[in-house]
Amino acid sequence: MDREDDRAARRRRLTVIDGTSSLIAVLLIVQMWILTATLDAVLGGNDAAALPAAIASGLLFLVSALLARFVTRVERERR
Amino acid sequence: MKDPRTEPLWREEVSFREADEQYVARRQFGKFLALTSLGMFVGNLWILVRTRLRKRPRPAEKVIARADELPVRGMKLFAYPTPRDSCLLIRSDETTWVAYQQKCTHLSCAVIWRPSRDRLECPCHDGAFSVETGAVLQGPPPRPLPKVRLERRGSDLVALGIDRGEEGADGS
Repeated sequence: MDREDDRAARRRRLTVIDGTSSLIAVLLIVQMWILTATLDAVLGGNDAAALPAAIASGLLFLVSALLARFVTRVERERR
Repeated sequence: MKDPRTEPLWREEVSFREADEQYVARRQFGKFLALTSLGMFVGNLWILVRTRLRKRPRPAEKVIARADELPVRGMKLFAYPTPRDSCLLIRSDETTWVAYQQKCTHLSCAVIWRPSRDRLECPCHDGAFSVETGAVLQGPPPRPLPKVRLERRGSDLVALGIDRGEEGADGS
């Protein structure tokens, strides 16, 4: 029974980790889009887009880093 | 507790159990994604720093043509603000002159004036721009053509600077 519980808990943790990694991947795609759009705007002469884009990208990185830390913590909890 | 002397060498080098392997792979993947995210942020910061450091000099005023030099619907090529920036001056009616930079905002092909269609066209990818405003009429260009601000002083047409649509201006 303990073994079954352990297996179920392991599956749950893996689901959490998979979901979190997927979320980080989505945030990364948004960041790629921001970077591409900013570069396009700046090369077109619109420098005003650079600051809000950098702030948005920084916030997304912050969230990604926190989620990555969360993944590490969940993985550690099993020990 | 197992005796380390009896443990095989590979077990010391591979410090996780087989069942835990998937955790490690996912953790490493999460770290990789976070590092890539950091790379994207650094890229945006680099763009920001470059735009802050870049100084766009105010273009000098320049006489580009005489007002009566062009017939109605006529066109003249000129360079502004530097000799490498090719521009088009168009007389759209008796009293109206417009000028645009010739570089298409899609992939920098030279746009041409089509009086028969009353618009500027990019022959590379069938882009078209309004002659009145420089706005994109069709095709892949993402932005309007940069417009050269003009002023008539007596019989001369003087270029004063470049307007890049609603997104900002040089020399304004």
